[in-house]
Amino acid sequence: MKAFLILEDGHVFQGKSIGSTDTVISEIVFNTSMTGYLEVLTDPSYAGQAVVMTYPLIGNYGVCYEDMEAEKPWPKGFIVRELARRPSNFRSEGSLEQFLIDYQIPGISGIDTRALTKLLREKGTMNGMITTSEDWTLEEVLPQIKAYQVKNVVAEVSCKEPIHYEGTGYKVALLDVGAKRNIARSLVERGCDVTVYPYNTTAETILAGDPDGIMLSNGPGDPKECVKVVEELQKLYHSDVPIFAICLGHQLMALATGADTEKMKYGHRGANHPVKDLKSGKVYISSQNHGYVVKEASLDRDVCEPGFINVNDGSIEGLHYLGKNILTVQFHPEACPGPTDSAFLFDEFMNMMEVNADAKN
Amino acid sequence: MPRIKDIKRVLVIGSGPIVIGQAAEFDYAGTQACRALKEEGIEVILVNSNPATIMTDKNIADKVYIEPLTTEVVEKIMRKEKPDSILPTLGGQAALNIAMELEESGFLHEHKIRLIGTSSLTIKKAEDRNEFKATMEKIGEPCAPSQVVNTVKDGLAFVETIGYPVVLRPAYTLGGSGGGIADNEEEFVDILENGLRLSRVGQVLVERCIAGWKEIEYEVMRDANGTCITVCNMENMDPVGVHTGDSIVVAPSQTLGDKEYQMLRTSALNIISELNITGGCNVQFALHPETFEYCVIEVNPRVSRSSALASKATGYPIAKVTAKIALGYDLDEIPNAITGKTFASFEPTIDYCVVKIPRLPFDKFISAKRDLTTQMKATGEVMSICTNFEGALMKALRSLEQHIDSLIYGNNYAKYSDELIDEKLHRVDDRRIFVIAEAIRRGFSLEHIHEITKIDIWFLDKIAILVEMEQKIKEEPLTRELLMEAKRLEFPDKVIGELTGRTEHEVKQMRNEMRIHAVYKMVDTCAAEFEATTPYYYSCYDGENEVTAPRTKKRIMVLGSGPIRIGQGIEFDYCSVHSTWTLKEEGYETIIVNNNPETVSTDFDIADKLYFEPLTAEDVESIVDLEQPDGAVVQFGGQTAIKLTEALLKMGVPILGTSAENVDAAEDRERFDAILEQCCIPRPKGTTVFTVEEALEAAHELGYPVLVRPSYVLGGQGMQIAISDEDIVEFMEIINRHLQEHPILVDKYLMGKEIEVDAVCDGTDIVIPGIMEHVERAGIHSGDSISVYPAQTISPKIKRVIEDYTRKLANSLHVIGLINIQFIVYQDDVYVIEVNPRSSRTVPYISKVTGIPIVDIATRVITGATLRDLGYTPGLQPESEYFAIKMPVFSFEKLRGAEITLGPEMKSTGECLGISKDYNEALYKAFLGNGVRLPKYKRMILTVKDSDKLDAVDIGRRFQALGYEIYSTRSTCRVLNENGVMAKPINKIEQEPPTLLDLILDHKIDLVIDTPAQGIEKSKDGFVIRRHAIETGVTCLTSLDTADALLTSLESADLKRLSVIDVAQI
Repeated sequence: MKAFLILEDGHVFQGKSIGSTDTVISEIVFNTSMTGYLEVLTDPSYAGQAVVMTYPLIGNYGVCYEDMEAEKPWPKGFIVRELARRPSNFRSEGSLEQFLIDYQIPGISGIDTRALTKLLREKGTMNGMITTSEDWTLEEVLPQIKAYQVKNVVAEVSCKEPIHYEGTGYKVALLDVGAKRNIARSLVERGCDVTVYPYNTTAETILAGDPDGIMLSNGPGDPKECVKVVEELQKLYHSDVPIFAICLGHQLMALATGADTEKMKYGHRGANHPVKDLKSGKVYISSQNHGYVVKEASLDRDVCEPGFINVNDGSIEGLHYLGKNILTVQFHPEACPGPTDSAFLFDEFMNMMEVNADAKN
Repeated sequence: MPRIKDIKRVLVIGSGPIVIGQAAEFDYAGTQACRALKEEGIEVILVNSNPATIMTDKNIADKVYIEPLTTEVVEKIMRKEKPDSILPTLGGQAALNIAMELEESGFLHEHKIRLIGTSSLTIKKAEDRNEFKATMEKIGEPCAPSQVVNTVKDGLAFVETIGYPVVLRPAYTLGGSGGGIADNEEEFVDILENGLRLSRVGQVLVERCIAGWKEIEYEVMRDANGTCITVCNMENMDPVGVHTGDSIVVAPSQTLGDKEYQMLRTSALNIISELNITGGCNVQFALHPETFEYCVIEVNPRVSRSSALASKATGYPIAKVTAKIALGYDLDEIPNAITGKTFASFEPTIDYCVVKIPRLPFDKFISAKRDLTTQMKATGEVMSICTNFEGALMKALRSLEQHIDSLIYGNNYAKYSDELIDEKLHRVDDRRIFVIAEAIRRGFSLEHIHEITKIDIWFLDKIAILVEMEQKIKEEPLTRELLMEAKRLEFPDKVIGELTGRTEHEVKQMRNEMRIHAVYKMVDTCAAEFEATTPYYYSCYDGENEVTAPRTKKRIMVLGSGPIRIGQGIEFDYCSVHSTWTLKEEGYETIIVNNNPETVSTDFDIADKLYFEPLTAEDVESIVDLEQPDGAVVQFGGQTAIKLTEALLKMGVPILGTSAENVDAAEDRERFDAILEQCCIPRPKGTTVFTVEEALEAAHELGYPVLVRPSYVLGGQGMQIAISDEDIVEFMEIINRHLQEHPILVDKYLMGKEIEVDAVCDGTDIVIPGIMEHVERAGIHSGDSISVYPAQTISPKIKRVIEDYTRKLANSLHVIGLINIQFIVYQDDVYVIEVNPRSSRTVPYISKVTGIPIVDIATRVITGATLRDLGYTPGLQPESEYFAIKMPVFSFEKLRGAEITLGPEMKSTGECLGISKDYNEALYKAFLGNGVRLPKYKRMILTVKDSDKLDAVDIGRRFQALGYEIYSTRSTCRVLNENGVMAKPINKIEQEPPTLLDLILDHKIDLVIDTPAQGIEKSKDGFVIRRHAIETGVTCLTSLDTADALLTSLESADLKRLSVIDVAQI
């Protein structure tokens, strides 16, 4: 079946429908990872967005359900150049096409994803509509497409009730503003006893659990929408409990301490972003997925200083909070998809908790 | 870290002659690195024995030594030039080995020369099997169970513990020389004995066989600060068991999930960190297809063939970055020239699919075993880029120029039974992919094919998609939709035509009417995430064109020479690159079209634009449609480019230089004969034929021996000397296996002196830089002969005749640009045997030794200059004060079963140079560069055909004078003894032991001289002797002329007193 991708600037791509045949309007973003399409599809940070994969051959190794980063896929749409006809991998349990159908994700294949990526790069992230209908006019659909906004997505993706993963090590409270599974998994692997809290949990509730450390997760949307969360984070900031934050969590902590965030032209989404550790001078290749960034000029240098920067564009990739046991990063040390070069940051978090525990005793 | 300031003079070691396993990729890497060093103001001293390389040009390095790559010579150069540093990681295994020897002997320490790029400790850890294993164990990276053995006994004992099959890998050899898989004790002992001998350190690794696992490679970069990135990963379509150089390789990996991809990536980074490598490194893994189990196969702590491929596949210049890291820079301090916005610490990501296919030499070595094993056999490779795998595979197949443009392998398989196809699926050779396609055509299940071949189902399904498309094209109406899909999968018009009963032209017309055109995309390292202006493009059919062609100056297209193969080597890349540089200097916009990832010409900063595309008329026409070049240059790209002449003219692209018509006149027998007659130039009598009967008739008329060959071929392909009717019948059958579009030539064979000339003609005047003479008499292909400049044994009068004939021929053929002529001097008469109005294999060599930049001059001439304008006095140029000898280099030891006897068909893969003011020393250096280091044991075998027996006496006498003990078979021995040469009789192989073979296998022989009877040899004896000599590393000569030259060099030269010459001063 034919499908169309209509961008808010009036560009139309015609391709083949994959997955659900529903019509969907969303923000369109591109991801440059060459592997890890399932992890991308199940990353809650993509809520409200349709993802274009720049690598042209997608679905090659099928679907392995244990690689899912959430219970279900979150993007509103999926855009590829070519879906594999016959996936092949010893762990594959089905085809990606069937996965998209099962989870009713509309998608389009057979379009020039490079041309689309160039448009998004040049004009910045745009909204778009994926539809199998042939019964539309630009005049009629463009206003609808333009009107779309990614909204209230954190509430949508966060868990509704606390979840507990037992462990014998440090007690970690993980505030789920859209957490990928591998964050909790990375902590559990290190022996932590993890409690995942819904996004709207109060600081008091979290601290009442007497955690050794607090972890703020990644998540979707504009950080400034999360006014309540930011207020709770201000309290956590003053609690002296070590905090490690990733992505949206990093942005929220920055907002909580008076810094500002802004929307990027087209964001960072991929598995090849170099971030420089300003302490060691070493560069790590990181997995990234963000459309907003902490404004460097807004930083109060008495509160925090950059710990990591992006080698390509110099943007803030991590902050050290002065006099605090707080480390936040914009990229994804939990990987999945992408390189595990920065997984050592979880160890650093363990260290922070250890030092803090020692100090308390 | 900023650059280390006290690095000022760096010695760079090249990789030497092109041999199987070490090819043009090191010229690419070395050239790029030298330019990167010079960019930093560093003085570069270069040593490489290969004169056909670009890296040995004086504009690439400051001091250029084209000298044998031995430690003694390199030490000598270092004493003279006093470099402060030595960079050994860009010249392949050859350079690394020399650096290690210099380090181990204490020479570097003594002269305070630092090893930059990577430390000797690192090299040792990565290269020494035991140390490597220990290091891997330390960091928990798995290797297949293995043990290094030094004796056959130890090997057998180890195999007891792990069982067959096992893989054997000799330490410190090129391209896995001497390695293999053994299924039983007999094979094991055979391979092990051979491997122990070939290894520089007498070590062979015996390991558990992991054949059938996925083979995955990662190209990794690391700086001194510890930052690591992977440039690219690659997956071999052929599972473990086939050398990666002989495998079809795809980038990036296709069948690995993120978990496996990251697992191996992390492992590669752990390994490079533990080895403390600074620069580029290649890590090869075997991955179990059904678990996460993997093992590390090999680590190369240097740039390699794979790194050249990875550079071209991603646009990331590994050699350049490696050189900068060697100077102290960190990855995040080195800008990415492609985007200008990112740095070398950015991991490339690609949005297309890359396929590499090896170019194997079995068209030249009909008797060689075609099996692909862990020992590399390919001479070169092609790469292609497309938005889908099927398209990339199709493009790569036709880039090979092997008469095959799709997965349809002629009609050969149609007559096979299903059982035979099934049987053939079990054979791992270069034709397997075509057998797989045929099996799919017949309805074999993919599972069944996978069961046999272990090739991942994903790849098999892609082949199935191509096979299904063949069927659709055949059976369904050719609608726009179908044609569009066929083009998306890169079916050439020609193949669509064949499948539908249309001509190629008709299909093209249909496409034009349906507006189906190729579009071009950019290779930008970042999948379009950042704006890039790289002028590096590939075509596809599904999408929009992103290449603009605004015209600011005149635009010239330079057609490259495709994959490196015997007969068309790196020389033509040298010519293409130089012509491009000169065109740029002359103010033209330049476009290069080529498909060889190993070469300098496909580096994206050579021409203004690079199209990485197959060199077929259709592919070139699509580029022409877009770029509308003002002219094309074909005379530098070998036969590949010349073959496109007619097509280019039809597209309306003017050919610069000699016209197509005149190129044709040189090839067309009748027209050429008319020209010769008109110029009163004699040639050996001959005629053209099509059938066996005609050939026999011609041979009888001319009288044997005669030379039989197809027209329009390179490297004397299919050329043979026939001495009997039987030979004629056999040769004609071989030639006619491929449909011949042109007649076959039968000529009288004259056994005279062979002379070769390269000249530049501007339409009026000619410049001949020099006359070259071949050591071997006519009958041995010019590319396989030792070539001497200036010619030694011909009189001034003959030289004048040659000059005169060259002028007449150049004028009659209206040559503008280069011309190469081969003459025979026979009984004081000069005959012309071949004229090629294009660049030749001797151009780089003669340019360097005469100091006359022939390609540069020719390029200026074809764009309008005259030789007089350029300041040249027409005619034969004064002789240089140096003797320069070009020595052919062969790769016979890599090709099991290949016949090594030299003849009219070319067999050498590369060349090296010997240069000196003394003729004998030049000869000695040429042999030395070729790896001939004599004497060792002073024992030799001399056995010759009857017609050579008397000449053999002199050879025997001289070897005896050098103290050699000579063994000969009865008849040769008798002649030698009768003439007072002490030779000992030795039995032929079929006679009682001890025989010749025992003598060879005893490892105490320096040299075998065996001249086989002409024509097809009836006895297998000689063949067995020669193969054994080659495979046991004994020098083996098949021509007494070569033996004479070797003697001359041994009689006078002194290794300790060799001179070294900076050719940049010539």
